[in-house]
This record gives sequence, C-alpha cells and structure tokens, in this order.
Amino acid sequence: MKWDEFFVFTGDPMLFAAMISIIVGAISIVVGLTYFKKWAYLWREWLTTVDHKKIGVMYILVALIMLFRGGVDALLMRGQTAMPENGLLNAQHYNEIFTTHGVIMILFMAMPFIIGLMNVIIPLQIGARDVAFPRLNSVSFWLFAAGAGLFNISFIIGGSPDAGWSAYFPLASLEFSPTVGNNYYALSLQIAGLGTLMTGINFVVTILKMRAPGMTWMKMPMFTWSVLITNVIIVFAFPVLTVALALMTMDRQFGTKFFAMQDGGMDMLWANLFWVWGHPEVYIVILPAFGIFSEIISTFARKNLYGYKSMVVSMVAISLLSFVVWAHHFYTMGHGVMVNSIFSISTMAIAVPTGVKIFNWLLTLHKGKISFTTPMLYSLAFIPIFTIGGVTGVMLAMASADYQYHNTMFLVAHFHYVLIPGTVFAVIAGFHFWFPKVFGFRLNEKLGKLGFWFITISFNVAFFPLFILGLNGMTRRMYTYSESTGYGPLNMLSFIGAVGLGIGFIILVYNIYWSIRYSPRDEDGDPWDARSLEWATHSPVPVYNFARVPKINELDAFWFAKKNNRMLSDDPYEPIHMPSNSGMPFLMSGAFFAAGFCAVFSWWIPAIIFTIAIFVFMALRSFEQDHGYYISVEEIERTERELGGDKK
Amino acid sequence: MKIDESLPLEYSTEENRLKILGFWIFLGAEIALFSTLFAVYFTLENRFGTGPSAQEIFHMPPVMIETILLLTSSFTIGLGIHAMRLGLKKAMMTFFVITLMLGLGFLGVEIYEFVTYVNEGATIQTSAFLSALMTLLGTHGLHVTFGLFWGTAILLQVRKRGLTPETANKSFIFSLYWHFLDVVWIFIFSFVYLKGLMVL
Amino acid sequence: MKKKWLLLSAIFTIATVLAGCENRLMILDPKGPQAKTLSDTIILSIIVMAGILFVVYVLYAFMLVKYRASKMGDDYEPPHEHGSKTLEIIWTVIPIIIVVFLSVVTVQTTSEVESKPLGYEDQEPLVIYASSSNWKWHFSYPEEGIETVNYVNMPVDRPVEFRLYSYGPITSFWIPQLAGQKYAMSAHVTKINMAADVPGSFMGRNSNFNGQGYAQMEFEAQAMTPADYEEWVNDVKTTAPELSEAEFDELLETDFVGRQTYSSTHLEFSPAPEGQHHGAPVSDEEEMKTAPSSETDHFNHKDAEEAE
Repeated sequence: MKWDEFFVFTGDPMLFAAMISIIVGAISIVVGLTYFKKWAYLWREWLTTVDHKKIGVMYILVALIMLFRGGVDALLMRGQTAMPENGLLNAQHYNEIFTTHGVIMILFMAMPFIIGLMNVIIPLQIGARDVAFPRLNSVSFWLFAAGAGLFNISFIIGGSPDAGWSAYFPLASLEFSPTVGNNYYALSLQIAGLGTLMTGINFVVTILKMRAPGMTWMKMPMFTWSVLITNVIIVFAFPVLTVALALMTMDRQFGTKFFAMQDGGMDMLWANLFWVWGHPEVYIVILPAFGIFSEIISTFARKNLYGYKSMVVSMVAISLLSFVVWAHHFYTMGHGVMVNSIFSISTMAIAVPTGVKIFNWLLTLHKGKISFTTPMLYSLAFIPIFTIGGVTGVMLAMASADYQYHNTMFLVAHFHYVLIPGTVFAVIAGFHFWFPKVFGFRLNEKLGKLGFWFITISFNVAFFPLFILGLNGMTRRMYTYSESTGYGPLNMLSFIGAVGLGIGFIILVYNIYWSIRYSPRDEDGDPWDARSLEWATHSPVPVYNFARVPKINELDAFWFAKKNNRMLSDDPYEPIHMPSNSGMPFLMSGAFFAAGFCAVFSWWIPAIIFTIAIFVFMALRSFEQDHGYYISVEEIERTERELGGDKK
Repeated sequence: MKIDESLPLEYSTEENRLKILGFWIFLGAEIALFSTLFAVYFTLENRFGTGPSAQEIFHMPPVMIETILLLTSSFTIGLGIHAMRLGLKKAMMTFFVITLMLGLGFLGVEIYEFVTYVNEGATIQTSAFLSALMTLLGTHGLHVTFGLFWGTAILLQVRKRGLTPETANKSFIFSLYWHFLDVVWIFIFSFVYLKGLMVL
Repeated sequence: MKKKWLLLSAIFTIATVLAGCENRLMILDPKGPQAKTLSDTIILSIIVMAGILFVVYVLYAFMLVKYRASKMGDDYEPPHEHGSKTLEIIWTVIPIIIVVFLSVVTVQTTSEVESKPLGYEDQEPLVIYASSSNWKWHFSYPEEGIETVNYVNMPVDRPVEFRLYSYGPITSFWIPQLAGQKYAMSAHVTKINMAADVPGSFMGRNSNFNGQGYAQMEFEAQAMTPADYEEWVNDVKTTAPELSEAEFDELLETDFVGRQTYSSTHLEFSPAPEGQHHGAPVSDEEEMKTAPSSETDHFNHKDAEEAE
C-alpha cells in the first residue's frame, strides 16, 4: 500500500476541507484540554467512569456529533440531487456519502442516542443504583466509540464504503469494491456491534433483577418495558450481524466463497443474513421511541397511560414479528408467490399491534389536560406523521405493489417517515424531557419550540415530495438524473426542506448552548411534575442515585406518592456499595480500534499483536481483585443536605 | 458484600447471581450466533463447486475421537463443580485440569483434521461448502481455545485464593460455557458429520 | 396548522393521482396488463390508507382541540383510566379485517403478475434474455437469433417473458409502465412476464444500486406493432454484424456503451445460468432446460433460517 492510496488525496476541495476541519478540530480539542488543564479531569471523571449517567451522557454526545456528520451527508446528497445534472458530487462521492449516511444514522446516531437515554434513565426509573455490570457498561460504550471512530476515519484514510448501508454482495465483494471501504464497514460495525450486544445483556439483567422492591412486571414504566424488549431483541439479533460481518471480512480478505459468484457462493445469502438482523434492528430503534413517547404523553396529558397492558402486549407482539418479516426487503428476488405472500402477511400483521399503540396514545390524550411543552410537541407531532410512515409501510408490505416501489424514492420517503418522527423525534423529545434530570436545568422552551416547528415542517417538505417522485419512477441512490425526467422541481423542494431541517438542528444545538449559559437552575428535581421514579431523586442525580431504595406498590408510584404526600421509603440510610472507576475499558477499546484499523489494511502482524493486547486486558481484569467502595452514611447525609434536603 | 450462606457459594452474593443470569443470557446470544452459522452451513452444504463434497472429505475416526474427548471433558467438569460444592478444592482442581487436558486433546485432533483437509486440497477458499464448514468448526474451535486460556486463568485463581464466592462463581460460569461448547459439538457431530456421511 | 397542511397535501396527492391529470405519475400510468394490475392495487391501497389516516386524524384533532390545558381550567384533574376492553377489541379487530382484506388482494395480484399477462394466456410468449453487466443491459432474442445492448424492442399484444441474470452485482430490471421490477443475479435466472397494450417508447432501467455507473444504467423499451417488429428483426438479421465471443468479452469489460445491435446472441457461447447446481458449470443440454434453481435454493435457505 502506497501513501497516496492510504490518505485519500484526490485533490477534491470538499474532501480536503473535510480533512482539514477534522485535523483542526482534533488539534483544537487537544490544545484546549491542555490549556485548561483538563486532562486529569477528563480521565478521572469521564474516560474511566463506570457511572451509568455519565456513560449515557457520553453516548448522547457522540450521537449528536454523528447526527451532525450524517446530517451533512444528507445535505450534500439532497444538494447534489436538487437539480438535474448537478455537479456538486461525482458518482463515487455520492455513493460513499449515501452509504455512510445510512450506516451513521442508524448505527452511530439512532442506536447510541437511544442507548444513551436508556443508560441515563433506566436505573433511575427502576430505582436501582446502577446497571447490573457497570464495568461492562463502560466497555460497551468504548467499543461503540471505537467502532464509530474507525468508521469515520475511513473518509480520509483509505476511502469510505460505497456499496450502500446494506452492502449487498457481489457489489461489496473485493472484485467490485476494491478499496478498503467495505473492510472498514465490516470491522467497525463488528466492534461497535460487540459493544451493543454487551449493552443488551447488561440491560436485560438490570431490568430483570434490579427493580426496586415491589415493582412487579405490570408496575414497570412503559419506557422500561420497551427497553427490556429492545434488549432482548439485541441479544438475539446482533449475533446474526456478527456472523454476517465476519463472513464479509473473510470473503473480502481471506478469499472464502460464501457470497462469491463462483465455487458455489451465494450472493442472496448476504441479503438474507443482513436483513435477519436488519429488520429487528429497525425495531431496536423504534420500540424505545414508543416507550419515550408513552412517558411523555402521559406526563403532559397529566393522565396515566391508556391501555397499559395492551401496550405491553403489542410491543411483545411487534418484537416477535420483527424476526419473521426480513424477506420483505427483497420481494423482487424472485422467490415466488408463496414465499412473498407469507412475508407480506407477516409484515402487514405488524400494523395491528402498532395501530393498537396509536389508538392507546390517542385515548391517553382523551379527557387529559394537555400542556404543549417542547417534548410534548415532538410526541404529538409523532402521531400523525408516523401514521403516514406506518400506512405507507403497509402499502410496501404488499408484495405485488412492492415490485413497483422497491428501490424507489417512495421507499426512501417511507422509512424516513418512520424513522424520523419515530426515532429522531423520540430522542429529541427525550433529550428535552430528561435534560433537567441530568443537568439540573431545563432547555429554553421558546428556542425548543422554534426548533420543533422548523424540524417538523421542514421534515415534511423534505420527504413528502419523495413519495411522489417514487411513484413517478425515480429510483434511490442515483447521483444524478436528466432534466427530461421531470424530477427536478420536487427534488429542489426536498432540498429546501433538508436545509430547513439543518436549521432546526442548529437551533437545537444553540438552545443547549443558550440554556447552559442562561437557563434558570431547577431547585426541585421534578420540573415537569412527572410520574415515574427517575424524578423521585435530585437533579442532577447524586452518584448513588437514590439515598434510600424506594418501595413501589403501584404503577406511577411516584405520582401518587406526590399527591398523597407520602414518602416512597423511610428506611434509615445505609452505606452504599459503589463500583470503582477503571481505565481498562478505555484502553482495551483503544486496542480494539488499533487492531481493527490494522486489519482494515490487512496488516496482520500488528493486528494480531493488538488482538493479543485485548486478551491481555481481559486476563488482567480476571485477575484483578476489585470490590468497589462504600459511601458512608455521613457522606450520604451531607450530600443530601447539600442537594436541598431529603427527597421523597 | 452480603453473603447468603443458604445458597451454594457461586450463588451466594447478589453480584454472583447477576453474573450467572448475565452469562445465561450471553449463552442465548451464543445460541443465536451458532444457529446462524448452522443456517449458513445448511444453505451452502451442497454447493461445493468443483471442490470435494462432504462424503469425500469426512473421515469418521478423528471425529469420533474429538467427540469422545469433548463429551468426557463435559462430564469431568461436572464432577469438578460437584467437588467445588462439597468444598473439595483439590479434587475440583484435579477435575478442572483433566477437563482442560481433554479440551487440549480435542483441539489437537481438530487441528490434525484441518491439516488433513488442507493436504487433500480442501481449503477454506475452495468452495462455499468448505468455507461454511471450516468457519463453523473454526468458530467452535476458537471457543474451545479461548476456554482453555480462561479455564487456566480460573485454575490459577482458585489455587491462589481458594474457593471464595468469587472464584466459585467464575468456575461455575466457566462450566456453563464448557457444557455449552459440548452441546454445540453434539449438533456439529450430528448435523454436519453424520448427515454429511449419510447423504448419498 | 401543520396537520391540516399534511392532510391537505395527502388529499391533494391522492386527488391528483386519481384524477389522472396531464402528467400522470409513471407508475400510475400503466401501458400493459401487469403494470395495470399493480397500479390498481396501489390506488386501492392508497384509498384504504387514506381512510385509516382520516380516522386517526379526526380523533387526533378532536383530542388536541378539546383537551388542551388552557381550556380545561386550573382545578380540572384528569381521571385515572385503565383502558376499555370494548375499544381495544374494536381497534384490534378492524385492523385485522383490513389486513386480511389486503392480504387477499396481495396474494391474488402477486400471483397475477407472476403468471402470463391477463388476456394473453393462450399465446406463446416471446422469450428475451436480459442480462446486466456493469453498466449495460444485454438483450438476447433466442427465437430470432439477434441481440441488442441498452435497448429492447418488442411487439405489442404479445406476452413477453424476460429471463434475467447478471454478469456482476445484483441489478433490478424495471420497466415501470409495463411491469414491476425483479432482480437479475449471477447464480440463476429470474423471470418477468409482461405485455404492452399500446405501441410506444418506455423508460427502462436498473433500479438496484450497482456502483459508479448506476445512475446512467437506463435503456429504452419500445413496443411496436407486430409488422414493425417483424421488419426490425429482419433488418437486424440482414444488416447487423455477428457477435463473437471475443467481442462480447470486450463488451462486458467496457463500462459504458451506446446502443448496439448484433445478428447473433451471446447465449451460444455464454449461456444463461439456468438450472445450475452446486455452482458447477453445466455441460448437459438436458439440465439446461430444467427450471431455474432459484426456488429450491431459496426454500433450502428459508428452512435453515427458520431452524434458528
């Protein structure tokens, strides 16, 4: 490998600018940390932390950065297609950008944002001191960060993957994608995926075993339910991705024949493996969103969630169905009427439990007392917009009709209509809703609402035209089209919407900055007058979460305790056992990153050395004797006094 | 650390109970992983291109030896855990050593098997069938290899620290892992080797 | 505001579509029985979906207008409600009925478009092999013994059976106004049935991303009267050059070519992957005639997946 192949010196000004900005950004972070003497702080408080709240914050921070990266990709794509025969990007760039946009938005934005919120909130919502395996949680985060980092440097070192986020073979094979781009794809997702799998195990155990006394299954908040189901899906779906990616790496770098065009290989096998993971993956990002909306809608309608039981049942139904619908992603592969019909029916069946949820949310609003806060606005906008995504999903589920929608902009419009009002609105709503829990003050409501209207209206302007373009025969992933197709005007409209979305996100980020500087600090810990247990402790939350473990006797116990002026627990304080910090997860993920990076370029000897380093870290952990530490009763009393007295 | 004396050592603390449950869930993920590998294998088992088919390369003797070694090791680790519950540190360690030796023997025979295949011109690059076969066997073999290192690390800790709630917990979890590998092997034996030799 | 806008735009689109104004959307402007079936299915589904949206939006608007905090008075305390069996049964059963209805439609229309076009059942279809290579379409007419690149001519009022395969990445063969799309893959042949009711020139393209030249991978599908078609075929036979194996290999290697016409097909020296097994090359003439292995492959695979 030569140096000019290593760094992508194509002389392209845009790529060059991106490279410069990444380098400048990195240098300024290093200089800034040194100047303000924050290295020790960073190491002590963040890089080595095992506190679920801080890990959650880091997840969300990375997710926001990735949202920016993926958003820039999106703007470039819409900019390129805004006009016929546009020359903003060439085919290769466009292909890399839509590939990275897809991967980043799903795996490095939506997932970590959800996992971040889950980290911050779940232990609080079930009244636990931390997750079941705090150290493993830190490993999960750092593996995710290593994967995200590895994926992102592909842009400047070696070239990004360019075969679409679904990376179908034979296109993604060495023969048709000879750059290292898809090596990056396979290895970075592999590393991040391992982290996700561990998160899955961690949260299943946490929710199964660490709920506050008295919190039985049917007294769990809806977000907790959704996260439990999601993590069960993770545990069973992610190993499939692990295998698929491993086979991809082997085909590309070791000459195996799984998906090859000769020697018995089978290109369709990749599509099947990918979507056996890929479809449950969609529900991994949407089910927690349903949970978030349930919490927010019931809080701001000031009413308990309507049809709690059927909400739970429908989520379980969706999660089971999510494993038996994967072939609807390729009805056009020619598997015959029988197979297509079966998958059509199983896919459409998902509409039933989803519909149940929509009606339950509507009935939660019924006889409520709806206040239109920013998180509530996002949750309310979710219902009508997501329903469009849902009904177009049913249309796409019909195998015959899909022969006409498949690979068109109609499909693109559909999944953005599901994922943006579903997942993105949910994480933004959750972000506004739980921000005061973590930082002790609310984001500005005026700026929040302004951002909301920008995002919601622009979203529709950006994506509704794509339905029509799809019906007019415009396929996805085309970097350009001729004027005679007549696709120009609607694409321009869509571009305008995309710019509006960009402005909306800038307002959102500006709101964070503004609120940090000027927002009044919250005294109470419960600024929204909310219902679930996370609001029963101080904001910001002390390291031990709850001074005494709350006792639960009903759903929304905190809400009723507030109303009846009751304490959730009046036990005396007891010393609290806490896990100690560790730098090992961070260092180990560094070894993962290095091993992955070397493997991308098939530098096997250093890759093996770094892999051995990973196992050395695991061995060190095994031999380590670390029983954590205790927080004394006096210290708890002192902290509670400083935070403004005892909480219910 | 609250220790509940009424429970076996490996379950005696809250942390231990969490770890055992977590490991069961991890094994659930492992089941999904191996199921996928089996699915890939079943999809590709008859797609051997110009290379050899299953009947042409499978030889029963080494496979039988591997099976006997691994099944026996699953039995001995069970004895090891039984000894651990009785508090017999020495017996437990002996059984663990035997288990690991049997595992090592299994691995040796498996490597011999792979070398034979390669010498017969059946490499992982030859055909989709062989890619799938060797990946499935290789993944299991890597698990066994990892288990050997892991088991050794636990043995060292038991020797140094005795049978504590922590080491007992680790040993018990390791035994779960080892039994799991045995179960996977039974599937490989039945649905890869026996099926491959039976097909006419 | 926003919701009204949404609703309006949804209604507007549907209205436009149904009214069929001058520039009809391509997919809803079918020129053959297969595309007509699909277009009807799509319009039917849009109507059903618009009904569902309407119900949801009315309920939604009602809740938002009636129960806003500003209207409810300070001392209003929302009731504690658990849910209602009756309501839950209603909104489970009705969607199930809708899903059942749409399932029936799906099964029916899928089998319709997968078989010979309606009204053409008694005619022997014209077989055309369409194969893709980066980034071209090759059309071979075994019956006539001619081959074209990047354009395809066919007679109207006669069923056409396209047999698809690929010399590289998976592509998707799509002539929206005549029939839905289907993948072309390297390992086996897939089929599309279609027929054109009227003469005309239709856009055809690869709709499955396959690399750098994907955007340009279009072809023209021209339906002509049988007489014109006969004339064109004869013309090609007499004037166009033969396609040699060397030339074809060179053609496969070239990224972009314009239209080409040959008076022989590549099928003779580079046959379509029909009835191949075990990925081994087939020499037996008999085996060539058996059905493509796609079905069996898929079923094998599915079983394996379900074993999980």
